[in-house]
This record gives sequence, structure tokens and C-alpha cells, in this order.
Amino acid sequence: MARIAGIDLPRDKRVEAALPYIYGIGLSASRKILTRTQVDGDTRVRDLTEDEVARIRQIVDTEYRVEGDLRREVQLNIKRLIDIGTYRGLRHRRGLPVRGQRTKTNARTRKGPRRTVGAKRKK
Amino acid sequence: MSRSTKKGPYVDAKLLKKIETMNAKNDKRVLKTWARACTVIPDMVGHTIGIHDGRRHVPIYITEEMVGHKLGEFAPTRTFKGHGDKAERSTALK
Repeated sequence: MARIAGIDLPRDKRVEAALPYIYGIGLSASRKILTRTQVDGDTRVRDLTEDEVARIRQIVDTEYRVEGDLRREVQLNIKRLIDIGTYRGLRHRRGLPVRGQRTKTNARTRKGPRRTVGAKRKK
Repeated sequence: MSRSTKKGPYVDAKLLKKIETMNAKNDKRVLKTWARACTVIPDMVGHTIGIHDGRRHVPIYITEEMVGHKLGEFAPTRTFKGHGDKAERSTALK
């Protein structure tokens, strides 16, 4: 059972594809780690030896900011933007896209499910 | 694409000169500017700068955390008060 950086253990996947289950490690970081630890990315997680797991864990723990720490860092960055009163902070606060995208249509990722406002009839 | 580091940060020349003379004299007045694209540099910390939003000069007190951002980021150019008015919203509830 491979347990790296806390609570992550997808067993039946290839290591290369399993490491990105850790928040903060993507495919490219995963490949870098595997070449450096000399582990074949095509082996299944359940077939990893204790030693291989230890080598991977060593690198992830020392050189990568992952999971909780990374999430906290991102939140702090956003909080900073809000606190110093920037336009980007304002967009975060309103839950609207931050990087100048259009909002007339789309932007559903930020805005969430549609809430129809609709025109009102005069009474 | 971001600006070449070779050039250094963009700081409005006129504004920089004014800030420097004000720093030399320990002067703290509101400084009006239109240079929204100007980067905030450490020299500006502690000053209050009136940043043009297209209509008014919004007074912004510069703190250390703001260094590296552009002046314009602190003075929004749009006013959006929401759609419809109160009467319309109350009828919508019925």
C-alpha cells in the first residue's frame, strides 16, 4: 500500500498516472520524480517495492509543496489580493472570472449553475 | 506576455520624480496621477496617491504589500450597481 504525502493511494494505476492524484503534482512533475528516482513509470502502484516508494516519498516530502500546504498557500495569495484592495481581489470576492474573460456568456466555472434573473412585467 | 526584466519595472517618470522630491522633503500630500500602468515601487510606500479611474482621482494609501502591483489595480474603472431596482425585485418575489 503506497501512502505518499498523507492520504493518497490509488492502487491499480500506473505510477506515472497515480502520482498526479496528489494535489500539487501533475503529469510533468510525476515524470520528473520517476526519472530521478529511477522508477519505471509503467509499473503498477501495487507492484512497487518498499524501497521505490520510500525514494518517491523522500522527494515529494522534501521538494514539493503538496496537499494542505499548497491549498493554504493558494488561499493566502487570494486573501492577500482581497486585503490590499486590488481589482483581482474584487473578482475573487464576487466569484467572477479574474483574468479578464467575458461574462456576458460562459464563465460558468466561476459563476456556478445558472440563476435566471429574467425580465419583470410591470404591474 | 510579461515585460522583459531587462527593462525593469515600468514606473511613470513624472510620478517617480514627484515621489522622490516628496520623499526628500518628507512631504505627505495626496498626489494625483493618471499613470494607472505605473508599477508600485517601495519608494511609494506610505504615500497616498490619487489614482484616476476615468472620472475621479481615487485616493489610495500605498502599503508595503502593494509593491509590484500596478496603480490601476487599486482604482476600479467600472461602477456596477446590479440589475433592476428595488421595486422590481420586490415584485419578483410575488
